[in-house]
Amino acid sequence: MELLTVLLVVIPLICAPITAMIADRRVAWALTLMMCLALAVISAMVLNDVTTGKVIHYELGGWKPPWGIEYVIDSLNALIAVIVAFIALITVIYGRKSAEQEIHDSQIHLFYAAFQLVILGLMGMALTGDIFNLFVFLEISSLASYALIAMGHKRQALVASFNYLIAGTLGATFFLLGIGFLYAASGTLNMADLAARFDDFASMKLVITALLFILIGLALKAAAFPLHSWLPEAYTQAPTMVTVLLASTSTKVAVYVLIRMLYQVFPQAYWEEMLLPGFLMLSGCLGMLYGSYKALCQVSIKRLLAYSSVAQLGYMIVGIGLNNEAGLTAAIVHMFNHAVTKAALFMAAGMVLMRLHTTSLDKLRGAGKTMPWTTGAFALAGLSLIGVPGTAGFISKWYLVQGALAQGNYLVAGSILGASILAIMYVWKIIETLYFDGSDKLHVHKVGSGKQIVADLPVATACCYLMVFACFYFGLYTSIPLEAAQTAVQAMMGNGGAQ
Amino acid sequence: MTTYLLGHLNYWLIIGVMMIGMFTMMSSPNLMKKLAGLSMFQTAVILFYVSIGKVEDGTAPIITETATRYANPLPQVLMLTAIVVGVATMALGFALIIRIRRAYNSMEEDDIHLQIQREELD
Amino acid sequence: MSDSLILRVITKWLVPVILLFALYVQFHGDYSPGGGFQAGVIFSSAFLLYALVYGVEATSRVLPEAVLRIGASAGVLLFAGVGVVSLFKGGTFLDYSALSDTPLAGQHIGIIVIELGVGITVACVMLLLFYTFARTIPPQ
Repeated sequence: MELLTVLLVVIPLICAPITAMIADRRVAWALTLMMCLALAVISAMVLNDVTTGKVIHYELGGWKPPWGIEYVIDSLNALIAVIVAFIALITVIYGRKSAEQEIHDSQIHLFYAAFQLVILGLMGMALTGDIFNLFVFLEISSLASYALIAMGHKRQALVASFNYLIAGTLGATFFLLGIGFLYAASGTLNMADLAARFDDFASMKLVITALLFILIGLALKAAAFPLHSWLPEAYTQAPTMVTVLLASTSTKVAVYVLIRMLYQVFPQAYWEEMLLPGFLMLSGCLGMLYGSYKALCQVSIKRLLAYSSVAQLGYMIVGIGLNNEAGLTAAIVHMFNHAVTKAALFMAAGMVLMRLHTTSLDKLRGAGKTMPWTTGAFALAGLSLIGVPGTAGFISKWYLVQGALAQGNYLVAGSILGASILAIMYVWKIIETLYFDGSDKLHVHKVGSGKQIVADLPVATACCYLMVFACFYFGLYTSIPLEAAQTAVQAMMGNGGAQ
Repeated sequence: MTTYLLGHLNYWLIIGVMMIGMFTMMSSPNLMKKLAGLSMFQTAVILFYVSIGKVEDGTAPIITETATRYANPLPQVLMLTAIVVGVATMALGFALIIRIRRAYNSMEEDDIHLQIQREELD
Repeated sequence: MSDSLILRVITKWLVPVILLFALYVQFHGDYSPGGGFQAGVIFSSAFLLYALVYGVEATSRVLPEAVLRIGASAGVLLFAGVGVVSLFKGGTFLDYSALSDTPLAGQHIGIIVIELGVGITVACVMLLLFYTFARTIPPQ
């Protein structure tokens, strides 16, 4: 089992250069598919092994920690690895047609290579137990995703990618500075070692500075409310496959690192008394209200969903800020559920884009009659986004509200309710346009006139419905994410950070 | 007070470089200058790491018969990685700027935003 | 690009010296300061000098872009390959000691091959970057 964990990082590391070397789109796609399949199987096996509370340690190069880099896998990061691997797998199957349509033939192998590098970076971030190694993987995944976003077919994609590059590098550099302070205070880079020896250097002022820099850097990466401005454009302009992958994994991994830092590296007792939990809750609440409101104002479906991502990230930040077991469980489960839901929604949006070459709502009036399956996926996944009982979105919101009520924090509970009402409104806005607006105004076929219309996308539709099915399955049978989350939360909250 | 100021001279210099970088990045509408500012900001962090690795009277961290104290090699090794990351970021940034310039015929942020707004209205 | 005879002659003299120095930094990096990153950059600087004096087209006849692309990927593969070999030999990933019969010999082999991979990748990527940017400027 120890061997398998390192393969999660090694397989993409080997596949990506091979893909870049072979300039053939079919081989590139097949290699990516094989890689994702392998990762999905391995990560599922690892998750199955660690949900019991076992922790896997893997020492790279045979160097003993805290000197060498070690990978530490507990149920939390195994869950993240599972999210990344499975979303990537389904995205690759789903995206074959869309990539061929959106990416130039001469670049497509490089596109897939960069895609694999994003997965490599996210996997590495999830698995590593060394804080500097984490920074390196963070940069690998970020650099690859800037390049991927710039491959969007509109010229605005370039500007979106550049803004993301500035914001992302700023965030990563802040994070690096924070690591520097932490290293100056402690002399170690191993997370477990940092946690174990935290009391020795906790009194230094450096440590607070380190915490703040790390928090701001990660908040930029995770697009927490006031630092989210790069996200909507980047997700709107990126090629469909990239949007699906990034929207459902990359910000989640950043939130995971935030949890890891706040509950393991810095002990809870250290920051509990500061303004920090309140500030996190404020950021989260404002984020979910603002994101939902902005989503309601959008005309483009992709941008609407991107703003809704800002809102959903707010739920996770609130969950972390609540600082109790229910809240943290909600944050972790919401990572999983939101990844599934957003993947389904962006897949549906991608299919609309592929077939009609637009995602603008004014041009999609009455499209529900011509594309019943695609719009059906929207409606069903939208239910999960709102959090209707029986869907995945409900479970995490339920825990979150419980966490808020357990603290007697009615303001947070109210914000969650308010954001959910706004979510109903923006999902309804899509459904209303697709189904109930008269198609007499602008018939859907005219949109594509002169352009090639991809008539049927059976594979993509099947993948989309798989995710929709997952939205409902994980709403009814919650054991996989919930058990992993509960084990992780107990490990983190129970014994104050020691592994 | 003077000893405090002089004793932390490296930090003051680094803070200076960092602030110049940040300010350029935020205030300049020119994309190229933004990237230059970002690069300065990264350089400041690299300098910070290298300066915390300094050990009083320490020599370069290579084992010899004569030396007994060595500088801490770890921050330097870490920064080697950070420099490589920085090079990659800069290369990607420049490539993006070249393509933005080709697409919009401008490197000024305001101008590009005007063009984007006009595009959205159509 | 330059018509100056002095520049042309000096460049022809300097290029092999720089390449030799790069190889020294590469393979002596085991015992003295040096290693793949530095060697890769020095190696590519020889070609940069050549390109500045004789033009990018002349340089890309010696080292075509396609070769560089493959080289950049092959370097990473070499790096990862060492790790995988050590996995197969029963060590952990990148455990050089498992590469040979004695840990010391294994460490030597490991670090030299790893640094070779790094050097190849860095040299190729630096040149690729130069080619890419130099080609955006119309020739004078």
